[in-house]
Amino acid sequence: MKTFRSKVLPHILLIAFSLLMIYPVIWWVGASLKPAAELSLPTIWPSDPMWENYSNGWNYSNQHSFGRFFANTLLMELGNVVGGVITAALVAYGFGRLNFKLRGMWFAILLLTMMLPTQVTIVPQYILFNNFGFTDSYVPLVLPHFFGGGAFFIFLLVQFIRGLPRDLDEAAKIDGASVYGIFFRIILPLIKPALVTVGIFTFIWSWDDFFGQLLYLSSVSKFTVGLGLRMFIDQFDVQWGQLLAMSLLSVMPSALIFMFAQKYFVEGIATTGLKG
Amino acid sequence: MFKKENNLAGYIFISPWLIGFLLLTLWPITQSLYLSFTNYSMLDVGAPTWLGTDNYVKILTDDSTFTKSLTVTFLFVLVSVPLKLFFSLMVAMALVKSLRGMNVYRTAIYFPSLIGGSIAVAALWRNMFGADGYINHVLSWIGIEGTAWISNPDTALGTLILLNTWQFGSTMVIFLAGLKQIPGELYESASVDGAGRIRKFFSITLPMLSPVMFFNLVLGIIGSFQMFTAAFIITNGGPVNSTYMYALFLYEKAFKHYQMGYASALAWILLVIVALLTLINFVASRYWVFYESDGGKTK
Repeated sequence: MKTFRSKVLPHILLIAFSLLMIYPVIWWVGASLKPAAELSLPTIWPSDPMWENYSNGWNYSNQHSFGRFFANTLLMELGNVVGGVITAALVAYGFGRLNFKLRGMWFAILLLTMMLPTQVTIVPQYILFNNFGFTDSYVPLVLPHFFGGGAFFIFLLVQFIRGLPRDLDEAAKIDGASVYGIFFRIILPLIKPALVTVGIFTFIWSWDDFFGQLLYLSSVSKFTVGLGLRMFIDQFDVQWGQLLAMSLLSVMPSALIFMFAQKYFVEGIATTGLKG
Repeated sequence: MFKKENNLAGYIFISPWLIGFLLLTLWPITQSLYLSFTNYSMLDVGAPTWLGTDNYVKILTDDSTFTKSLTVTFLFVLVSVPLKLFFSLMVAMALVKSLRGMNVYRTAIYFPSLIGGSIAVAALWRNMFGADGYINHVLSWIGIEGTAWISNPDTALGTLILLNTWQFGSTMVIFLAGLKQIPGELYESASVDGAGRIRKFFSITLPMLSPVMFFNLVLGIIGSFQMFTAAFIITNGGPVNSTYMYALFLYEKAFKHYQMGYASALAWILLVIVALLTLINFVASRYWVFYESDGGKTK
């Protein structure tokens, strides 16, 4: 009895709970292949899978296929991830290891910006980008990533850097390395795993940043996947099968990254997040 | 480390953030404060016209949509934040044990949160909770006649809260990290003293976890006040404004009606509310957040 309670019961509960959590996702896979009439049925698999939900959904817009939207989003993501990772590494090293005037004040401000509701800056930012003719382009979406837009990631990385042993730095310093040398040769290699985490989260979060995309992109040729999906919903008669099919495809990049980089998620936050 | 100051190098390294902060945060904030006292549509060629406090007076005394939207948002925050905290803590406690196959469970449980904020999941939700949706079919099996969850003003907000709770993953992961840092000896010595599970939870787990709880609480409140995508896609604020979240209201004022001045005033009211709540949280935290006295944890 004792072994049942400690060995088997936890597994039963966890399996039940995992199924409950993941069930809507499993149902979703089946629903994306269903004809409209079967859509609301709780059955997982359709009686006659409608693969054309995928082909029709892919070409739903008569101007551009989802191939275009995926390419657009990936291009934007490339900028976001590169910008986010480089900026976070540089800024976090500055805050985490260097000593300069007003450092405490700036770091406090960095923490405060994490709590700032985006609504407060969005209107003037929009006007600013509009004045420079950057609306309906990816500039307003990508540029902030190059300028410390991910304050949360900088914060995580600062914590991570502060947790690194300083012996290596000291040794390099005695060998005559400059602060720049220490950054490139000592710190950068050590924070690689944390940078992967930053890159992954930047990718996933900006993939889901529907608000920014909605605000700044207006021509269909520049649409992201999220905006492509919204085209379905705007219709009076929503093509649910096709919408669910394309929705499912739209979460695939994040899902794949998650599968392949799983350890970075839980462990990444665990090690970077909350110590110090 | 570098005992002497490295002013030049320091500022070089933080310059990307610093420039971004000055141009993309500080400048817009001051602009937004200025605009909130003006009438400005951006579409006009002319400069903003100064109104004094007119926008604020109108919002606070003569805008029933504001009152409605703020009420809905408060309700959303009030229910979904504690629900999510409670739920994620329970799940984190279940997942912290080292069991065979724990990674598989964690993946399954974390996955919905990974994609949860996306428009794709909002679409899924809208379909499942529709009048003729999946949820009602399941309910009909057990003899319950469901309502049109999304188009019923009494239940629409509930579906959004449920969706928000389903995405408890990041909160849970932070709890998980916090739980892992509680030294095992504490539990062992409590066991020796004869403390039971519940006693251990209230005397060890909760106090040791309170800094993490505080972190999640503060960020959870701030995040919930800005909820947008789900309200926009699933209900579009309706029915009868029952899900007209503040961020959606502000978005429509600014970018649908182009009342940029009015929207800026709304943004500043939001900022004041969020700042006040955060301040209250920080003051209250002195009474319930426990920091180890040896200075091991400061946050």
